[in-house]
Amino acid sequence: MFPYEKYLRRNKFPHIWCTGCGCGIVLKALLRAIEKSKIAKDDIALVSGIGCSSRTPGYVDFNTLHTTHGRAIAFATGLKLAKKELNVIVVTGDGDATAIGGNHFIHAARRNLDMTVVIYNNYIYGMTGGQASPTTPAGKKGSTAPYGNIEPAFDVSALAIAAGASFVARSTCYHAVQLDKYIHKGLLKKGFSVIEAMTPCPTYYARPNRLGNVVDMMHWYKENSIPVEIARKVSEQEKKEKITIGILHDAERPEYCEEYQKLSARIMKTDNK
Amino acid sequence: MPVLVVFFVRYSALILQYQSTKSKRNMMREDDARLMTGNEACAEAALVAGMRFFAGYPITPSSEIAECLARRLPQEGGTFIQMEDELASMAAIIGASLTGVKSMTATSGPGFSLMQENIGYASMAEVPCVIVNVQRGGPSTGLPTLPSQSDVMQARWGTHGDHPVIVVAPSTVRETYDWTIKAFNFAERFRVPVVVLLDEIVAHVNEKIIVPTRGEFEVIDRDRTTQDPKDYLPYALTDSDIPPFADFGSGYRYNVTGLSHDETGFPANDPKKVDLLHRRLNRKIERYRNEIVHYKTELLEDADIVVVAYGSTARSAYRAVRNARALGLKVGIFKMFVLWPFPYQELDKLARRVEKFIVPEMNLGQIAHEVTCAAKHEVAQVNRIDGGLITPDEILEAIKNVSV
Repeated sequence: MFPYEKYLRRNKFPHIWCTGCGCGIVLKALLRAIEKSKIAKDDIALVSGIGCSSRTPGYVDFNTLHTTHGRAIAFATGLKLAKKELNVIVVTGDGDATAIGGNHFIHAARRNLDMTVVIYNNYIYGMTGGQASPTTPAGKKGSTAPYGNIEPAFDVSALAIAAGASFVARSTCYHAVQLDKYIHKGLLKKGFSVIEAMTPCPTYYARPNRLGNVVDMMHWYKENSIPVEIARKVSEQEKKEKITIGILHDAERPEYCEEYQKLSARIMKTDNK
Repeated sequence: MPVLVVFFVRYSALILQYQSTKSKRNMMREDDARLMTGNEACAEAALVAGMRFFAGYPITPSSEIAECLARRLPQEGGTFIQMEDELASMAAIIGASLTGVKSMTATSGPGFSLMQENIGYASMAEVPCVIVNVQRGGPSTGLPTLPSQSDVMQARWGTHGDHPVIVVAPSTVRETYDWTIKAFNFAERFRVPVVVLLDEIVAHVNEKIIVPTRGEFEVIDRDRTTQDPKDYLPYALTDSDIPPFADFGSGYRYNVTGLSHDETGFPANDPKKVDLLHRRLNRKIERYRNEIVHYKTELLEDADIVVVAYGSTARSAYRAVRNARALGLKVGIFKMFVLWPFPYQELDKLARRVEKFIVPEMNLGQIAHEVTCAAKHEVAQVNRIDGGLITPDEILEAIKNVSV
């Protein structure tokens, strides 16, 4: 039995997530990754914005910071730069990270600031009642897209790669074992790491779109996910509406904190001459 | 016309006037004399106050603060970062402050509007930080290069909800230096965001200042907990109403949220707990108001007219009052350094013996309205919202008008 208890604030349970919600699965994957990384609880700052996923910090025993909608990465930037020895993890949702917080997301990726961002992508704003988000697939319904969404969706991982993140991986709540493996790799990576976790929202996404219950959604993830190694070989048509899972990007780029420290050392040395 | 000539024509009278009044006192310490702008003084004073983290986004007329700190912070072992916008800048300084590092940002009206969301967060989560707003004409993009004092109410009420805030408004470069340090002291002492309201004149005017030595001012650091981490309540109800702070990453693993919360720092909906929190947040400024409220009066002993002034407008007010005295008019001045909390009681008391109030300000009467509330009668106003500064003659004219 994995020692989840070690990391949980037991007196904060029961949690607020709906029956069948994927947030708990991502949380458990995150805790397994942290345990494997052997990072001490005192050295972890877990930062979130607003939304279902962003309630995660309340349940875990780290330095936890629940911020304003979309701004988690910007708060985390201040934390990390002011205390570089902290391991900063951001938990956020598709709306939080790519709509209201889209600017902070791409710029932190561009800077390649050392932090791990876990994005719970459930295609919908769950907390506020199922409104369409930037990842709601075209044609799918949300409470603010009652006739079907006419906007194209963001590919969150592709966005992260394009903006400069040094490590990007995607998994689903069905592929939970891979999920903690990728989060673990993200924690160890020096630089901006993004792990996109596809999570089911049976209450607000499955219901209006007649996708069945959470078991049906899990089956859907199982049948519609393709490993990145295969996705690279098949045609665009074959992977249309499929979820590509795996390590999508792993590159070495100068990391912001290290660059800043180099600059600071150079300036202080010049001044002392 | 070259910018420098315009600048000289606009400000030379003010500069000369200010220098002559201060020069005698400062003769003793010419070695410490520096020529600097308000923006430079603000940046240097912040470093002296112990600020080691700045996050900002360029905006006229505040950008020199960021430029100065981009150069100075790496020299001092601190961190400077140019963020992607003002929302992020405000968020980053809160994050930095949670680790125990004194932090600040600087902006102007449009950026100040964007910061309001997270200024509310700093109030709610009681995170010390300093926000400098170099005011320019508004609303919207307004007059980027010209002065204004029209953010007085935004500084007080810009974020939603009832919340505590402290706002200081210096008039000169030296005052900017002193009040930037005091702003950090207030932020640390009371665990609140503190706004330094400069305006384009104070920010850009070059003045000779005598930089104070270390013994001449106090630097306050936030009260830190000494409790065992397992007993620590981050928002404990204490006698002082100001809970002791624990730095993030120092072994105290607690929760910080912008939601209404209880003593433990976790979200709470219970009306009793919510009421306790919000009343304490506001009480912690109200009960210490006498430590915060600061003003200076001159020539009030025999006065039957008082000019209430702040920021760069106070400079013109001093000249106007002197000129009026030369004409035999009994006029004095009430010059505010701290705008919020507002000196209602003090002005109320003054209004019992002085009937006529004049409030000059570069807005349409934001402080005049508060003075009216305090004095409980109408006050005369001198207002400009055209980007021009209020001249001594304009205030003198108002003094003459009310004296008849």
